[in-house]
Amino acid sequence: MIGIIRYGAGNIFSLTATLDRLGIAYGMVHTEADLEQYDRYIIPGVGHAGAAMHKLEQTGLVPKIKVLDKPVLGICVGMQLLTSYSEEGDANLLDIVPVKTLRFKDSAEFKVPHTGWNQVFPEKNNKLFENIPPGSHFYFVHSYFIEYDEAYTLSSTTYTNKFSASIWLDNFYGVQFHPEKSGVYGETLLTNFSNI
Amino acid sequence: MLSKRIIPCLDVKDGRTVKGVNFVDLRDAGDPVELAWNYSQQGADELVFLDITATVERRKTMVELVKAVARQINIPFTIGGGINEIADADALLNAGADKISINSAAVRNPALIDQLAKAFGVQFVVIAVDTRNIDGKNIVHLNGGRLPTEKETLDWILEAESRGAGEILLTSMDHDGTKAGFDNALLKTVNHAVHIPVIASGGAGSVQHFVDVFEKTNVDAALAASVFHYGEILIPDLKNTLKENNIEVRLV
Repeated sequence: MIGIIRYGAGNIFSLTATLDRLGIAYGMVHTEADLEQYDRYIIPGVGHAGAAMHKLEQTGLVPKIKVLDKPVLGICVGMQLLTSYSEEGDANLLDIVPVKTLRFKDSAEFKVPHTGWNQVFPEKNNKLFENIPPGSHFYFVHSYFIEYDEAYTLSSTTYTNKFSASIWLDNFYGVQFHPEKSGVYGETLLTNFSNI
Repeated sequence: MLSKRIIPCLDVKDGRTVKGVNFVDLRDAGDPVELAWNYSQQGADELVFLDITATVERRKTMVELVKAVARQINIPFTIGGGINEIADADALLNAGADKISINSAAVRNPALIDQLAKAFGVQFVVIAVDTRNIDGKNIVHLNGGRLPTEKETLDWILEAESRGAGEILLTSMDHDGTKAGFDNALLKTVNHAVHIPVIASGGAGSVQHFVDVFEKTNVDAALAASVFHYGEILIPDLKNTLKENNIEVRLV
């Protein structure tokens, strides 16, 4: 059963509605004691990465999250929290995956936030992308991205530059797009995570 | 590559979908949740729900509808109509809406855009602008296009962007309901002037109109209602034609 880490960053109605539709069981993690009841976790997140990190720190869960050995999936800002640092708020983050979260450069050609459906190309073999063809579209809404890194990029997408659509290190996963809003392939990805 | 988005718009009144010609004569076109699900299956990229009577009748928003939609569909959606304050937006966000659309309330109180962007992020704030050409000038209109304002359309859009609008939904009231094509001249001007996504609305009557609006204006998305609701244009056919014209789309 999935434990959703609750720390006050963003609404999770769409995520839980999707898990309900898929028949994936979940519960809420508010405290350290809640963590033990689950065999995998989702860190959701919308909004400002620096502010989200501040809220997560206030829960007291940070030391425990950093040493989790069960599968963890960060979504959007929840993914960015797994990285070392974000330019958004000049914030130090969980530093679980040693990469940085940077801002897209504004230009006439590329509007920021990067909003809409873009193609995702897996860079490694991993169960998270099982039954999802390379180049499938996922729904993105973000102004900050995680830099591309051969070691940690699980799948990539190109906007102003190539960036990490998802990252992977051991039991930690993150996706920049919103699987709960990404049609059938988003649902497939959440089902895959529930079976990792 | 980032895809161009196709967005069916569901105008809702009393829990039912309606679409009027030039926003006046309302016709019943079905259950919004069922329509929404069908559109998501057909390959719609996003949905917009607008309560077109909300501004006039001061109706509060449709939290229950938003919840029902969020439970059923797996693509993003925007809700607009009668959103006047932070508390309205907060309730809709918690009900599962991805974005809110503000029209008259933002014109009357532009600081609302700043407040919403600060509270929820720019990605949550769509500014809907109804425009009509008067004596050669594009003028912002309120109340479903009935009430002209003092604001010129491009000036207002630029102000909205600077205050924290994350996206512009631009409806040409001169084109809306005519099925004669989008207002490509204005859309091109606006799309070049801003750095946030622009959704074209008003005038879609054929597949070629969608090809034209993307080729001529490079807007990010195109929205239509009746041509989709009455099956005059099927989204899979539309997207196949766009792809044949080398316009990036998501095929499902």
